[in-house]
Amino acid sequence: MITRRQLIKTGMAGSVVLLAAGFLASPQPDLPAASQGHLVFLQTGDAQIIRSLAPVMLGMAGLALEDIVRGVDVAIANLLPAVQQELRQLFDLLGNRWGRRWLAGVHSPWAQAAAIDLAAFLRRWQQSPLLLLRSGYQALHALINAAWFGNPASWTALGYQQPQQIMGLLP
Amino acid sequence: MSLPDPVAEGVASGWRVLDGAAQTQDLQLSCDVLIIGTGAGGGMTAEVLAEAGLDVLMVEEGALRTSRDFRLLEAKAYPELYQESASRKTADKAINILQGRTVGGSTTVNWTSAFRTPAETLNWWGERYGLKSLNPQTMAPWFDLAEARLGIADWQTDPNPNNSVLERGCQALGLKHGRIRRNVRGCWNLGYCGMGCATNAKQSMLVTTIPGALQHKAGLLTRARVERLLPAADGKSLLGAEGRLLAADGHSLNGQQFSIKARHVVLAAGAIGSPAILLRSQLGGAQVGKRTFLHPVVVSGAVMPQRIEAYNGAPQTVYSDHFMHTQPLDGPLGYKLEVPPVHPLLMGVTLSGFGAGSAGLMQQLPHLQVVLALLRDGFHPDSQGGQVRLRQDGSPELDYPLNDVLWDGVRRSWLTMAELQFAAGARQVQVLHEQADLQSSWKAARAQIMQLPLKPLLARVVSAHVMGGAAMSSQPEEGVVDEYGRHWQLRNLSVIDGSVFPTSIGANPQLSIYAFALRAAHHLRDALNS
Repeated sequence: MITRRQLIKTGMAGSVVLLAAGFLASPQPDLPAASQGHLVFLQTGDAQIIRSLAPVMLGMAGLALEDIVRGVDVAIANLLPAVQQELRQLFDLLGNRWGRRWLAGVHSPWAQAAAIDLAAFLRRWQQSPLLLLRSGYQALHALINAAWFGNPASWTALGYQQPQQIMGLLP
Repeated sequence: MSLPDPVAEGVASGWRVLDGAAQTQDLQLSCDVLIIGTGAGGGMTAEVLAEAGLDVLMVEEGALRTSRDFRLLEAKAYPELYQESASRKTADKAINILQGRTVGGSTTVNWTSAFRTPAETLNWWGERYGLKSLNPQTMAPWFDLAEARLGIADWQTDPNPNNSVLERGCQALGLKHGRIRRNVRGCWNLGYCGMGCATNAKQSMLVTTIPGALQHKAGLLTRARVERLLPAADGKSLLGAEGRLLAADGHSLNGQQFSIKARHVVLAAGAIGSPAILLRSQLGGAQVGKRTFLHPVVVSGAVMPQRIEAYNGAPQTVYSDHFMHTQPLDGPLGYKLEVPPVHPLLMGVTLSGFGAGSAGLMQQLPHLQVVLALLRDGFHPDSQGGQVRLRQDGSPELDYPLNDVLWDGVRRSWLTMAELQFAAGARQVQVLHEQADLQSSWKAARAQIMQLPLKPLLARVVSAHVMGGAAMSSQPEEGVVDEYGRHWQLRNLSVIDGSVFPTSIGANPQLSIYAFALRAAHHLRDALNS
């Protein structure tokens, strides 16, 4: 586990950390995942990170994980190039085994990581003294929640539906 | 029966509308008045000038989406209609900004709340900034005109349950409150204003002044991003503007460029976009992009025993200005209480926490009631707002530091909201902060709120009102434009949008922008036609 002292050092060189991700060995996917369909932004390893984190982030089992991966991909594809670049750094960092182990504190590859370890990672970044790690958590939170709750498949469980008096009149 | 789409019909009937994405060659255009941006400022200006017989060309970075594109679907609406898919953020990512990016700008997606600029704000501008002729009396006719044009009137229907909770809470605590006027005609009371109005009831620029201008032979070029204004050799005027056309996806470049010559240029790209264009044109001046205000908003959620269905019904119909008046205007920040509509995607993204806790809250969505407090920034000496700057690629970014005077307002307004929700019968209340959880009594909620650390990205802070950055001033060195939006240095440039305000408004700003735009546009019309 990374120490607080290391974290602070990391934070002082916050952007260097993210930049360093680019210099470390290219992300090594923890699992050769199945075909990704037509993802625009997410690479194989990124998709696995989303697949692993989504059930823990959303607190739900039995999710349509491939829909969430696609939703995250579409959401990122619609962001500014400058923001996409930051997200690329985030995913590269998490996808790298050193980044996963030492910055995220997740010891097993994403596909095998236990829910309790994934939750601990999310909790640490959510509550981190470092703005940079909090913003990394918030990015994952926003992307995964947008991908799931923007999907009509999530609505029944919420008791939500669009107003019926107009839906039939739409083109 | 299907719903009418008068804007699409107008385009089919031959309105002069060019889609940048469809162009296969560079465009060279000319006009009397080039209007950059089609939101509250640009839309109002376009109609006034086109009706006066001037050759008007509007340029919009977003696409032309009309009512048939509005499907009450967040996942479709946010990428198509909002800046950065409704996830635009300040530089440290601590504040999420909702801002429109489509024909009609934010008016196409706003929640239809219409307030005149508060008298105390106008008077402050007179006293503090020497803008004496912008007082409540001289502005009244412009508010009247804007209200008449956009059907702004009392909303006769009962508030939805989400708004009723705010009203009941105010009554229980003895807080002054009122009903919100709305810019709608024949509203269906659906609650999906934020995804574009599918019934064309909302009197946005998209269905009022822009069609009005197009009927008077104005032109509209969409999916066209202005890169820079073109100064004349004398350095005292502009020749026009140039930029790049965007592809059908709305953000990548389609490879073609455009260049527009104009007698006069109106910058109306909003309080982040307009300063950004000035900065990219190196026409900055010391004040450009400074003092950009947001009405930072904090949020409190309540689980009510009864069904609220805060996704149904007119989104904002009740407000309280009680806490705008409990302190001096330049003292601790005042705040306005309102409620937001609660739809699944935006709620999922905005709720704090993760895992079983937030899942439990989301599963009670029909019972969720949400109050927001909008902080009045820009009056207290320590509330200097943020600064618009450019990233390396030229895209704008707002640096808005959250400081002690703001955090003080955050804590006070959380306390108010939690107390109010319990007073209105809430079963549980949770302010949106990463260390807050559901509390079952006002006493417990108060104890928790008092110890929450006030830090960016722990407290949820959002904004839908970007103002300032190209402020009006009575002296050239103190601002960017005069009281009519005329640029102090460039004789044929006006800024007519929310960026001209020297402080925040202290109320939802659309009607303020409309009224100031009408005033500036009539002045400009007379100058150009004389």
